[in-house]
Amino acid sequence: MTLERGQRVRVSARRHEGHHRTPAYVKGKTGRIERVHASFTNPETRAYGSDGLPLQPLYLVGFAQRDLWPGRGGTADDQVYVDVFEHWLEPTE
Amino acid sequence: MGQPALLAYDRRVERGVHDRGGQPTDEPIDLAEHELADWEVLTDALVSALSRRGLMNVDELRRGIESMPRSEYEQASYYERWLFSMEAVLTEKGVLTAGELDARLGE
Repeated sequence: MTLERGQRVRVSARRHEGHHRTPAYVKGKTGRIERVHASFTNPETRAYGSDGLPLQPLYLVGFAQRDLWPGRGGTADDQVYVDVFEHWLEPTE
Repeated sequence: MGQPALLAYDRRVERGVHDRGGQPTDEPIDLAEHELADWEVLTDALVSALSRRGLMNVDELRRGIESMPRSEYEQASYYERWLFSMEAVLTEKGVLTAGELDARLGE
């Protein structure tokens, strides 16, 4: 676990062929670590018959809805919470 | 020339057929509850049994669903996608041989 609750993070928008659990609508977007879940087997390798090790840290990341879907209405407080693995996240300054 | 580091995040991200969260649609979303057919309950149980036996895991199930041809994905129901994936993954692993299910069903 290298990220902490409250930290601002950006989700990578790198190209990734194959199974992964990071939804397109958060790729390239910035959010905040809301919860440090735990570490889990990696679905990106487990989906191809591997044991999914080493375990990967998983976080609950909160995004402002307005950042994800500009012009869709709602309030500035409206959030979307998404579970994202650490290797998709990088801290922003 | 701005901030080159941001460019990687600004480009268009390609989506799999399943990755449709947030995509605009004019289609009404069917929120009605519905009864499961027996084959759907059995399909769910079969995936659990395969998982418990170590023959197939949920990530493989998802990968198989996501790799369905787009037109088939769009036409298939939820558990039809599970069936498609189960056959694809088990055939890939050699648990089933190609055409084995169809042959058995024809008996």
